[in-house]
Amino acid sequence: MKMPLSALIGLILTGLFLFVAIFAQWLAPYPIDAAVGGVWESPSATYWLGTDTIGRDILSRLIYGAQVTIFVAAASSVLAFSLGSILGFVAATQGGWVDQALSRLVDLVMAIPSLIIALVVLSVLPLNLTVLILVMGVLDATRVFRLSRAVAVDITVMDYVEAARLRGEGGGWIIFREILPNALSPLVAEFGLRFIFAVLFISTLSFLGLGIQPPLTDWGGMVKENKDALVYGKSAALMPALAIAALAISVNLVADWILSRTTSLKGGRGA
Amino acid sequence: MHPVLKLVAQRVALGLLLLLAVSAVIFLGVEALPGDTAQAILGQSATPQALANLREKMGLDQPALIRYFHWLGGILTGDLGKALTNGQDIAQAIGQRLGNTLFLAACAGVISVPLAILLGLVAARYNGRWPDKLISGITLSTISLPEFVAAYFVIYLLTQLIPIFNPVAMVFPGMGFWERLHAVALPVIVLVLVVLAHMMRMTRAAILNVMQSAYIETAELKGLSPMQVIWRHAFPNAIAPIVSVVVLNLAYLVVGVVVVEVVFGYNALGQYLVDHVSKRDLPVVQAVGMIFAAVYIGLNILADVIAIVANPRLRHPR
Repeated sequence: MKMPLSALIGLILTGLFLFVAIFAQWLAPYPIDAAVGGVWESPSATYWLGTDTIGRDILSRLIYGAQVTIFVAAASSVLAFSLGSILGFVAATQGGWVDQALSRLVDLVMAIPSLIIALVVLSVLPLNLTVLILVMGVLDATRVFRLSRAVAVDITVMDYVEAARLRGEGGGWIIFREILPNALSPLVAEFGLRFIFAVLFISTLSFLGLGIQPPLTDWGGMVKENKDALVYGKSAALMPALAIAALAISVNLVADWILSRTTSLKGGRGA
Repeated sequence: MHPVLKLVAQRVALGLLLLLAVSAVIFLGVEALPGDTAQAILGQSATPQALANLREKMGLDQPALIRYFHWLGGILTGDLGKALTNGQDIAQAIGQRLGNTLFLAACAGVISVPLAILLGLVAARYNGRWPDKLISGITLSTISLPEFVAAYFVIYLLTQLIPIFNPVAMVFPGMGFWERLHAVALPVIVLVLVVLAHMMRMTRAAILNVMQSAYIETAELKGLSPMQVIWRHAFPNAIAPIVSVVVLNLAYLVVGVVVVEVVFGYNALGQYLVDHVSKRDLPVVQAVGMIFAAVYIGLNILADVIAIVANPRLRHPR
């Protein structure tokens, strides 16, 4: 199957962002926290994207910000997936009160917007990377739970799962050897979407001043730092905003492509 | 009792039960987290004696369950308690701000709903041709942007490139209605952009779904124009899903409003919430969080009720 151009562009850009995030320390031309130029200088040969509100190089901060943004988003989506899919599979295979209890709990958490829950919780917990990843991961796990439970409910009634049960395999075997491999493709496509959601979530929290705290920086925080620049006609706040948009759109393009491929195997995507 | 009325009553009762459970999560769930209100006020260096005194003064020495029912009773009677940071009465502080938030959300709703339905109709009419591709392309890119990023693009466009608006949205008590409208124009544009995409896409999908029915083919065969087919046959049958999507997206405004208020420095409920999260003022956060959750759940119930009333097929669950 030929890869559509949009997916190719998305894949290249996503790869580029990942590369920048991993090798930030070697790529950034200036240190993260050094005031090297004047306030809000325009882009020039020395400062490719200009300088920020206290004269730090925006490109360097964007590169370091990529590392934090992508790391936090990836960590929380991995957590959301491990937690959500295992609980979803357990609910689907066990059924009965385990399923009822888990499903109603998830319904309850999903009945309130994630941002509101996060704000309530973060008004008590200390603000650090671990707490942010845990809060975002647990909140997002509810969505993964719904998907993986729905997928697994269809799989548990298959003959091969019944066969595994009859030959006396334990719950762990059934979940990891029978259900997981067959549920993998819809989950992989979903991972891309959850990752974007996590990027937008952490950026929003940081923008509100409740996410990544200095001296670390991320893109949402950079928009916050430079928001006054716009009033004076400087583009400093637009750079990190553009970075967030570009990352979100490129991952979206890739996820869309994976989604259309995996569902076309089952004969059409539906409306 | 009429079967429809019974279903609606059931749905509303379920929603109230959910709201009760949510209040327990917001109060008791936070209680279970590590962290201590008295410690938060006095700081890490407080002596154990001072902590104990403050706890007693605030009633924190009582069991959590008793304080929960006390809090819940207060909310039901309109007493939201006092803010930790300045001792201000929370209900009083919320009153004016709630009005400002509702004004913003209402403006966004009034503009976005008809616009989304219109664009959805046009996209469905020209399905697969350039108007559809244009509308879908633009809405797809706004979907993947967080509210504050969309906000800064709009600010840059409408205050710098084409300077028509003021980047700060200030409203004062006593401001005239039109003045107010002009002041909130930018935040409203951003909110419309944010909710428009979802609404429009679902409207389009709902109409295209109906377009596959046999009676649409009949209408086409008897010679109706495509717009007539959509307007007379597809749209009335797609109204139920469209209305519930519209209401669900209005619920989504709840989150959008929080961020957009902070972007524009608009003095309302969302800004108040975010301010007090960073001040770690738990009573305020719990009260405002509860209001947002209640609005969100209320709109969700409304969407379900409309769907039940509008679509007879939902009245007979299997």
